[in-house]
Amino acid sequence: MPAVSKGDGMRGLAVFISDIRNCESKSKEAEIKRINKELANIRSKFKGDKALDGYSKKKYVCKLLFIFLLGHDIDFGHMEAVNLLSSNKYTEKQIGYLFISVLVNSNSELIRLINNAIKNDLASRNPTFMCLALHCIANVGSREMGEAFAADIPRILVAVPRDSMDSVKQSAALCLLRLYKASPDLVPMGEWTARVVHLLNDQHMGVVTAAVSLITCLCKKNPDDFKTCISLAVSRLSRIVSSASTDLQDYTYYFVPAPWLSVKLLRLLQCYPPPGGPWQGPCPRQVSWAGGELSQDVPSISSEDAAVKGRLVECLETVLNKAQEPPKSKKVQHSNAKNAILFETISLIIHYDSEPNLLVRACNQLGQFLQHRETNLRYLALESMCTLASSEFSHEAVKTHIDTVINALKTERDVSVRQRAADLLYAMCDRSNAKQIVSEMLRYLETADYAIREEIVLKVAILAEKYAVDYSWYVDTILNLIRIAGDYVSEEVWYRVLQIVTNRDDVQGYAAKTVFEALQAPACHENMVKVGGYILGEFGNLIAGDPRSSPPVQFSLLHSKFHLCSVATRALLLSTYIKFINLFPETKATIQGVLRAGSQLRNADVELQQRAVEYLTLSSVASTDVLVRARSPPGPLHPLSLALPLLLTCSRPPTRQATVLEEMPPFPERESSILAKLKRKKGPGAASALDDGRRDASSNDINGGVEPTPSTVVSPPGRPRGGSTWGIVSSHLRLYFLQSTPSPSADLLGLRAAPPPAAPQAPAGAGNLLVDVSSDGPVAQPGLGPTPEEAFLSPGPEDIGSPIPEADELLNKFVCKNNGVLFENQLLQIGVKSEFRQNLGRMYLFYGNKTSVQFQSFTPTVVHPGDLQTHILSAWPSPLAPDLPPGLPSWDEMDPVSGFLDRWAQLAVQTKRVAAQVDGGAQVQQVLNIECLRDFLTPPLLSVRFRYGGASQSLTLKLPVTINKFFQPTEMAAQDFFQRWKQLSLLSGPAPNRRRRKSSKPPTPWTLKSRRPSSWVWLRLLDNVDPNPENFVGAGIIQTKALQVGCLLRLEPNAQAQMYRLTLRTSKEPVSRHLCELLAQQF
Amino acid sequence: MIRFILIQNRAGKTRLAKWYMQFDDDEKQKLIEEVHAVVTVRDAKHTNFVEFRNFKIIYRRYAGLYFCICVDVNDNNLAYLEAIHNFVEVLNEYFHNVCELDLVFNFYKVYTVVDEMFLAGEIRETSQTKAWGPPRSPSLSCPGGRHPAGSGPQGRRLHPTASGPQLRAEATSCVLSNRAVVV
Repeated sequence: MPAVSKGDGMRGLAVFISDIRNCESKSKEAEIKRINKELANIRSKFKGDKALDGYSKKKYVCKLLFIFLLGHDIDFGHMEAVNLLSSNKYTEKQIGYLFISVLVNSNSELIRLINNAIKNDLASRNPTFMCLALHCIANVGSREMGEAFAADIPRILVAVPRDSMDSVKQSAALCLLRLYKASPDLVPMGEWTARVVHLLNDQHMGVVTAAVSLITCLCKKNPDDFKTCISLAVSRLSRIVSSASTDLQDYTYYFVPAPWLSVKLLRLLQCYPPPGGPWQGPCPRQVSWAGGELSQDVPSISSEDAAVKGRLVECLETVLNKAQEPPKSKKVQHSNAKNAILFETISLIIHYDSEPNLLVRACNQLGQFLQHRETNLRYLALESMCTLASSEFSHEAVKTHIDTVINALKTERDVSVRQRAADLLYAMCDRSNAKQIVSEMLRYLETADYAIREEIVLKVAILAEKYAVDYSWYVDTILNLIRIAGDYVSEEVWYRVLQIVTNRDDVQGYAAKTVFEALQAPACHENMVKVGGYILGEFGNLIAGDPRSSPPVQFSLLHSKFHLCSVATRALLLSTYIKFINLFPETKATIQGVLRAGSQLRNADVELQQRAVEYLTLSSVASTDVLVRARSPPGPLHPLSLALPLLLTCSRPPTRQATVLEEMPPFPERESSILAKLKRKKGPGAASALDDGRRDASSNDINGGVEPTPSTVVSPPGRPRGGSTWGIVSSHLRLYFLQSTPSPSADLLGLRAAPPPAAPQAPAGAGNLLVDVSSDGPVAQPGLGPTPEEAFLSPGPEDIGSPIPEADELLNKFVCKNNGVLFENQLLQIGVKSEFRQNLGRMYLFYGNKTSVQFQSFTPTVVHPGDLQTHILSAWPSPLAPDLPPGLPSWDEMDPVSGFLDRWAQLAVQTKRVAAQVDGGAQVQQVLNIECLRDFLTPPLLSVRFRYGGASQSLTLKLPVTINKFFQPTEMAAQDFFQRWKQLSLLSGPAPNRRRRKSSKPPTPWTLKSRRPSSWVWLRLLDNVDPNPENFVGAGIIQTKALQVGCLLRLEPNAQAQMYRLTLRTSKEPVSRHLCELLAQQF
Repeated sequence: MIRFILIQNRAGKTRLAKWYMQFDDDEKQKLIEEVHAVVTVRDAKHTNFVEFRNFKIIYRRYAGLYFCICVDVNDNNLAYLEAIHNFVEVLNEYFHNVCELDLVFNFYKVYTVVDEMFLAGEIRETSQTKAWGPPRSPSLSCPGGRHPAGSGPQGRRLHPTASGPQLRAEATSCVLSNRAVVV
């Protein structure tokens, strides 16, 4: 910056500013009046005949700028500002540039003039003017400027050094950085890039300071091009760190040599892996490094790398040593500058995560800061330790500070410090200290700030689940959470406890007892009522033996809360009541009385009213064992009478049944939705301590974080799992409990919250009643949903659509048979013929055009909707297809691309393309060759698309390929059978892979055996094995390419109770469950 | 990277706003108000760092003025905290005991100083002598004679050389400090 010359002060401006300030104390009107007066004055000056001199022009432009900064619009003066740019006086030019930077205008005429002026200044060889021009480009940073100057600036940056040019280089480096960030495509990489790296060696520290920022940004995109910067940065850093406190003159700040440059250099090094590859052992973060390959292709450290490494370690150690030296000044600036370097050093050590010695030293240093009197240092130490806790080398060292951290949580005055303490406790938690940490967090929760309560609740819930040794502790913890901070316990948290209790039968009795006790508190949180209602409804029977918690007591306890609860909770409680009728017949009269009460039956809330009506009818229609049978209603339903057709059909001969009030089946294991929520809430840094240490927010947009808007909706754990033998009915009940339907217009069973029945994992059982009742998707009138024809006629999406609603039912027909009509409507018939042997299968599909018009663009495609599979090869060498001999083809011939099938694929399906036109009345055939690579749960989907009469049609079906097709029956002696039976029961986890069903008609030997040749061929029914002759047992092996899965079956009919129990045991739990579901549909 | 620099007084009047990201005017106004709300409620026992949207604000109070720098969450807190102080010391040199009114009456000079020290959201120059430049003629920087309204709270010196806690403690006094000697 040049010396300020006389005439720099603008008296007129100062007077004007004073006037405005005086107005401020009076009124807004006075200010506006004064401003308008001034604007008129300036306008007349600019329009006046007399040419203004530079000083006046500068003064008036500056006044305009001031007015603009006060918040008023300025619509003139731009031209005068541009004129100032070509002045030879610094002060005039400076005001001109400032005006342009602040009031940048996309007026094309002006942009051209501005760019011209900038160009002149850049060429002026006057460093002051060049800097002004570069600052203007950097401040505006528009694309137009990028286009005009991006090519020139690198030239200025790497020009032959002259002393006076240093400041220009500084500006040029950062100007280029700005243009690169704004539009990277405009900045050409080239010969200059190598020379930029060498600016790290520049004599002028300011140039280095600016250049490091540029290099740090560039090397993130092109790590290889800039990797020479590592050694240069290390040597520069080493020189700074080892210099005496006064060596660097201007760049020494309170006795600390070049603190900002040191920090920048340390950050640059964090863009790369440690020089010479990981220093010790396998480095867990290796893959995440920008230049990952650097560390991979260097098996032995070259001598050069070794030298760099040695120097760097020396630097890091020096910084750590200096932290222990007595301060050279008592000023806080001194210690701040020193510690800025120290914290950045620790960040680098954590980034390398490979030098245990340094990590532990870093941890000890931070431990000292935990008790420092400076709040800033305590805060930063807690923050930094959070990332150290995730390193295997320092986790234990971090844990030693647990008491200090707990103390911080209790005593810190600044909420943000307490929050860091909570983060650190979360990060350092493991099995050894979980109980202590969770109890401290719970204690803290009672007095915690409202702002962070929800987060603490989530953390406690996650830790309690993750490190639970016994589940009663877990249940206690969550109930405590609800007691202490019920308002902050989100759905995810209490859903999760229900999910876990449902899945773990060892904790169910305890949970029932505990919630019962908790509910006895005079005031308990509504969430507690919800949890209590759910758990007692499911497991209340487990504590019913105790007279203190007998069924009537349980009921009256719950009902005492009923009237104080919200609609959602009351709806849940109604479901609990109907379950009580099932669990405890003695409560039936009381509960019916409650349901019958006018306050329920005529409740203003449609949801409650509907439940009361339905449940009341359900309880009276059903027999003593509350069995509900229903079948698909034959025609459309009136939406207002949804409940009745369901029940009326009970009297008809059932085709499929579902037990509505049975105990809930286990939930599938999945990632905790709470964790997902925490991650979402905290953004990328949330679970940092648990998974990824370093946050990278450089790409964040400042507006992105205004609110924690979830980008994805977390499905609550209660979402129906596709796979229940109870099919959709029980899913619905689960919805009853877990998802109060959001609006009174919700359909019968709240299915709107359920996934469309066509979801890929939809159970084989989804074809029963309620799919039909409620149709799919958002259609509010279940029975009026699209008929198969309508669904078929509606144009499909480009990619494969969801299977049609009855796809599951169609599939069920084929579980035990191989040939038949898979699908039929007015347009199209699809027939199927298939044969399976071992893990191979061949399927013929026959597409019949039932119309007289040609189908065009007829494309059937097969995809497998599972997670990691599918390699569908539609380009199968055509010569093979037509004349293959009957029977299975030679698989050697047919598998030309087996290398293509990765090991995760479950099914390989080869299809042959069929003709794109199908004439009216004609039939085309398609052959599918199927190979089962490993066990699979979901059938492949067949999507058929074609154009009929100009309208495009699409249809998706489930291919009748289920895992039982790959069974091979085995003979087994009684002794062997039960031995294996026991082994498998040990293998299968806590979730029982057995299903009890109530059935109107228990399967009898003859119903099974009559089917034996065709449908049970895949499983050998073993006679004289089970001691009870009523029971059936069978054995078979599932053949897949990768493995064989043994499978044992036991079917125990109970004719009196009209029930049967089907148990399947395999070495793979999901397979057992899936088979169970498949087979249960067959009775 | 610095996202913006704000200098505000306790009443929320903006004395400098420097933006390194594109915002429209409404957003700028909103940010200014939010920063003011977030920063002024904090006391001397609190840290100098505040989480702010997806970023963080490093701030420091000098007399009645808050100097706030908004940076990315993984940026070095202390480095930016001292960058603020360095900046204030340069202003102090430049204006010979800077006070709030200097920033009002010489707003256009403050922008120049900012550009010398910070550019494109990065620290450009840290040397005080280089950022401040050679000394100027004394006639223009004579304290008291520079602007017509040199008294009152906004005429208070910022005491940039006082350190941390003392600085805040002195913030309530109106004593003019001697021109500090920067080491």
